[in-house]
Amino acid sequence: MQDFIRLFFNLEVMAQTLPLLMQGLWMTVKLCAAVIALGLVGGLFLALGALSHRRWLRWPAFAVIDFLRALPPLVLLIFIYSGLPFAGLAISPFAAVAVAFFLNNSAYYAEIYRAGIQSVPAGQTEAARACGLTTGQTLAHVVLPQAVRNVLPDLLSNTVEVVKLTSLASVVSLAELLYSANMARSLTYNASPLVLAALVYLLLLWPLVRLVSRYQRRLAA
Amino acid sequence: MSRPMLEIVALEKTFGELKVLRDINLRVATGEMVFVIGPSGSGKSTMLRCCNRLEEPTSGAILIDGKDIVGCSSSALNRMRLEVGMVFQGFHLYPHMTVVANVMLAQIKALKRSKDEARERALAMLDRVGLRHRAETMPTQLSGGQQQRVAIARALALDPKVMLFDEPTSALDPELVGSVLAVMKDLKDSGMTMLVVSHEMGFAREAADRVVFMDGGLVVEEGPPEEIFANPKAERTQAFLSRVRA
Amino acid sequence: MDGLDRFLATFFNARIFARYLPDMLAGVWTTIWLAGAVIALGLSLGLALACLRAYGWRIASFFIICFADMGRALPPLVLILIMYFGLPGLGLRMPGPLVLILVLGTVLAAFAEEIFWAGLTSVPKGQWEAGRATGLGFTQTLVQIALPQAARLALPPLVNRVLAISKMTALGSVIGVSEILSVASTAQSFTGSAAPLTMGAIAYVIVFLPLVVLTRLLERRFAWKV
Ligand SMILES: Nc1ncnc2c1ncn2[C@@H]1O[C@H](COP(=O)(O)OP(=O)(O)OP(=O)(O)O)[C@@H](O)[C@H]1O
Ligand SMILES: [Mg+2]
Repeated sequence: MQDFIRLFFNLEVMAQTLPLLMQGLWMTVKLCAAVIALGLVGGLFLALGALSHRRWLRWPAFAVIDFLRALPPLVLLIFIYSGLPFAGLAISPFAAVAVAFFLNNSAYYAEIYRAGIQSVPAGQTEAARACGLTTGQTLAHVVLPQAVRNVLPDLLSNTVEVVKLTSLASVVSLAELLYSANMARSLTYNASPLVLAALVYLLLLWPLVRLVSRYQRRLAA
Repeated sequence: MSRPMLEIVALEKTFGELKVLRDINLRVATGEMVFVIGPSGSGKSTMLRCCNRLEEPTSGAILIDGKDIVGCSSSALNRMRLEVGMVFQGFHLYPHMTVVANVMLAQIKALKRSKDEARERALAMLDRVGLRHRAETMPTQLSGGQQQRVAIARALALDPKVMLFDEPTSALDPELVGSVLAVMKDLKDSGMTMLVVSHEMGFAREAADRVVFMDGGLVVEEGPPEEIFANPKAERTQAFLSRVRA
Repeated sequence: MDGLDRFLATFFNARIFARYLPDMLAGVWTTIWLAGAVIALGLSLGLALACLRAYGWRIASFFIICFADMGRALPPLVLILIMYFGLPGLGLRMPGPLVLILVLGTVLAAFAEEIFWAGLTSVPKGQWEAGRATGLGFTQTLVQIALPQAARLALPPLVNRVLAISKMTALGSVIGVSEILSVASTAQSFTGSAAPLTMGAIAYVIVFLPLVVLTRLLERRFAWKV
């Protein structure tokens, strides 16, 4: 038991490595901001493509979404980080992570948007068009606000996934929270920094997870 | 009067602060059909649901064929419930099973009948409600009236001593009501003891032995249908009937 | 050699493809059985917990909710690193595949519990009452009536989650489990070519595309029903 506390809940080690972890956390935050912002925008375009009446838009959009859903994000990341330099495209770890997870999450956000937009009754669009709004205006002012509200729990839940996903950036040595913690572990020969990182993630995400459960609609029959 | 099949004695039920049933006393003799009417919120459903303890009575006794079901253990309760058939306003057929499987399930799991026996009995009951030919369909493909008749067959298959009906026809389109009432009439003629919450006044007049008027958690008035409908004594009954007829 | 040729030679080098095909097939097999184990563990544990929660025992429910919350809030890689690098300090050394199965299985169980639970709470109250009124006990009503309906409601989100978490078997590459990504990375550093990475990506798409297609089919089937 003492060993367990010494190795996993060593306050001394935790205090010692906290500054390093906080630096890592800052990187995690920047990464999340980039990936969430890019993913929300990219996902919207993919969703609009997938909902288009034009086949030449719809099919490629679905193909891209499904391809990205079949590919593990880590594989995408490694491919971009270690594969692209072979094509003469050297890329910083941050950019590699941002691009890889942007692509991955665009697909997930796209599916959520699509469900949301489809949940808005067609009458809403018709009413807006009948009032003389353009397609774009109808989308921006009538359809999207309702769509987003309908899928808010899913958007939130995917955002939790993004934060968790950024931990994979440690694999390409980007000094975010988990990388810093693992670094600290190998320096101190003690798992407490990893536990501390877990606690930080928990502190950050538990409220969001609770919120998701609270607002998760009942499953529709 | 011989020993009643169903007897409700000093039944009370409160939900938190809300006193929904206050001192209900009611006897239903063997083979009798008793109609319960009353305004919305008067506690009719609650009373019915206390009779098989879907609601836990706050106090009082419910005697089924002389045996008190209030305060018996949960395994005894499951056995008691077999003796009390219940038909809901919303049918509540199991949507993931065929019609005949709906009627067989409790026979097999609660009565421990063999599959063959349960099936035979289920088909007989479906025949009785005129739906044997739909035995292998899924419930969602039936009309509301047909679903309700299956629900009646499901309850009958367990050979209950009493049948409870909670507004069995009020979720149905008007043209489908008749088929369900016909089944209920047939049931009454075969000697089933029935306690029915319903506002089908015409049917009550034709088939019920007694009508009970409830309001505010109390039995206000009871008597033969002609009497209650033609010249109700209590003011509240008069007011209710004139509202319903209007 | 023009640009396109060089691109093809780097990313789609047939000779390298051929050389590493056997290794890659072994990696595919590892990925598949790992995913299978994760799914089996995750779904059965998640289902069991959701059923337990249905009994409404306060203390049990409290711990189940905590478990589900933590499983959903913690990045799996953190748990993998703690188990793989931390536990040996206590003399508990587990092989990589076991760590991977335990962590991902538990995480899937957390999600599955929430999804099954959402399914159970979506079963109309009248279904429970109909079961109880015909003399079925609580457990019988749960198993015979509520669960089949809950499972049907839970199917689409469950398949999505199963897909997302099975893909995480790629994390095995971090702790030396020789699944597809490990094979690809190793081959990449041996050959100094990007072709093995392409090969790995293709292998993943082949393995997981069926699940993606399944989500589409379910989506369509459920859309018809409405
Ligand atoms: N589970 C419950 N918790 C709290 N209050 C309840 C509950 N069930 C019923 N009530 C309340 O008890 C009162 C009586 O309800 P009940 O359903 O028995 O009336 P009813 O006579 O069947 O009415 P209706 O004709 O509308 O079906 C109502 O005021 C209702 O709001
Ligand atoms: Mg009622």
